[in-house]
Amino acid sequence: MSTLTEAPPPLTPAAPAKKPPRRRGRWTPYWLLLPGLLWLVVFFALPMIYQASTSVQTGSLEQGYKVTWHFATYWNALGDYWPQALRSVLYAAAATILCLLLGYPLAYLIAFRAGRWRNLIMILVIAPFFTSFLIRTLAWKTILADGGPVVGALNTLHVLDVTDWLGWTAGDRVLATPLAVVCGLTYNFLPFMILPLYTSLERIDGRLHEAAGDLYARPSTTFRKVTFPLSMPGVVSGTLLTFIPASGDYVNAELLGSTDTRMIGNVIQTQFLRVLDYPTAAALSFILMAAILLMVTFYIRRSGTEDLV
Amino acid sequence: MPVVTWLKRRLVVIAGLITLGYLLLPNIVVTVFSFNQPKGRFNYEWQQFSTAAWQDPCGVSGLCGSLSISLQIALWATIGATVLGSMIAFALVRYRFRARGAVNSMIFLPMAMPEVVMAASLLTLFLNLGAQLGFWTILIAHIMFCLSFVVVAVKARVMSMDPRLEEAARDLYAGPVQTFLRVTLPIAAPGIAAGALLAFALSFDDFIITNFNAGSTVTFPMFVWGSAQRGTPVQINVIGTAMFLVAVLLVLTAMVISNRRTKRKA
Repeated sequence: MSTLTEAPPPLTPAAPAKKPPRRRGRWTPYWLLLPGLLWLVVFFALPMIYQASTSVQTGSLEQGYKVTWHFATYWNALGDYWPQALRSVLYAAAATILCLLLGYPLAYLIAFRAGRWRNLIMILVIAPFFTSFLIRTLAWKTILADGGPVVGALNTLHVLDVTDWLGWTAGDRVLATPLAVVCGLTYNFLPFMILPLYTSLERIDGRLHEAAGDLYARPSTTFRKVTFPLSMPGVVSGTLLTFIPASGDYVNAELLGSTDTRMIGNVIQTQFLRVLDYPTAAALSFILMAAILLMVTFYIRRSGTEDLV
Repeated sequence: MPVVTWLKRRLVVIAGLITLGYLLLPNIVVTVFSFNQPKGRFNYEWQQFSTAAWQDPCGVSGLCGSLSISLQIALWATIGATVLGSMIAFALVRYRFRARGAVNSMIFLPMAMPEVVMAASLLTLFLNLGAQLGFWTILIAHIMFCLSFVVVAVKARVMSMDPRLEEAARDLYAGPVQTFLRVTLPIAAPGIAAGALLAFALSFDDFIITNFNAGSTVTFPMFVWGSAQRGTPVQINVIGTAMFLVAVLLVLTAMVISNRRTKRKA
């Protein structure tokens, strides 16, 4: 399962990349690549082009759409839906930070402190995947129910007063508020943070910790100067793997939120499947894609494609 | 002071266990509520203990039909994605070819794209081609997004393989086909299995891409989504719990078997 995570670059910078040996059959690699790549080109890349073309079309369902290079769709879409777009970024960022804060201790625990419990904890992290994520997200409706134990406890501790003041919750409710949506997003994408973090933590040579201790570093200093910097590859891929799906998600906002917590994914889904305003939906989807691509390119520039795949 | 030190030393463990609790809490709720007897249409509030749903898991119309469709799609998507993805993984590790960077990006991009973007763009393609949405369009979409994950899983395994084993086989006059079947494939098998398992899980649980490209076909996640609007039957929780238990039991059995094997070797 850890193969899901992108391999962090090797720790030793000296190791040059091994060149694969040349073999007989010059065309063999191309034959091996052809069917799979063709599939990706036709059903992944080509649709992107269709989508870009749809976003600059005008017309109606009845009369059909024509490409008219109507770029105003983009401006109108952004003008109409900037709150949802902004919310997507904020919620996804909040969920990513929460995932990092929650996930790091668990990844650290599995990597260094779990001992013989390591495999069991690993299984418990992965096992929830096998229950449909929609069912698990619906369970949060029960957990955060009005007047339930969680809401009651938060109320007694006056946490809800603070979150209400911040605008994260409304009155005595947690459900149908931003807090519930962020909580659901954090929950759904937490394993995508934990697994890459664990992969990079596990590669750290335990002797480095000993060496830091021998040089009179306190545990906190060891963590700050040795462990955390060495786990950066995991932090980077974990943040990407959490932020990207969270920013496009509409399931949590729909099931746990209200009309005031709708994200860009909700808009794309409604425009595409219910309103049937294809140009607007395509334009919004294109904007989301461009934003994510920019972010990913930035990361690739820093770490190289070969490490990411 | 000793108490403070004790706590300080275990701070990571405590924080980690809290996270683990957060991860498992919904599963506990799903399990407990599979024994609920709800009043009304929604199964969100605890009423009364009952095993009725467990005795009749298919009691809701459309539930087991959607489960069967999901299993069929997951099976075919796994086979398709595993074959195509393994071929790409072998080509990437074992051969030199032009446009390597482009190939890598092509494989990486689907994993770095929000599902809703892939879903929406694929739907525009199908709409433009006038394709009939249903089983086949879902299958096409699932193979597409599972492919990259298979490539990553298989590639990791093939990369750690010693190429000299294959050279040795050839030195011993094994033909290319024989080398592949008798040496390469058995060593790569765990990676291929991991990729296939991942593809199955991803396909079976996919909702967003399926929802866009399903037409009137209803998969299990789509059934759950629909029921969140109309009323959630307890049977959903029964299926969810059963899947969780089967998965954990399978993994535990595999672990026990591999533990015994290593002990026997030692």
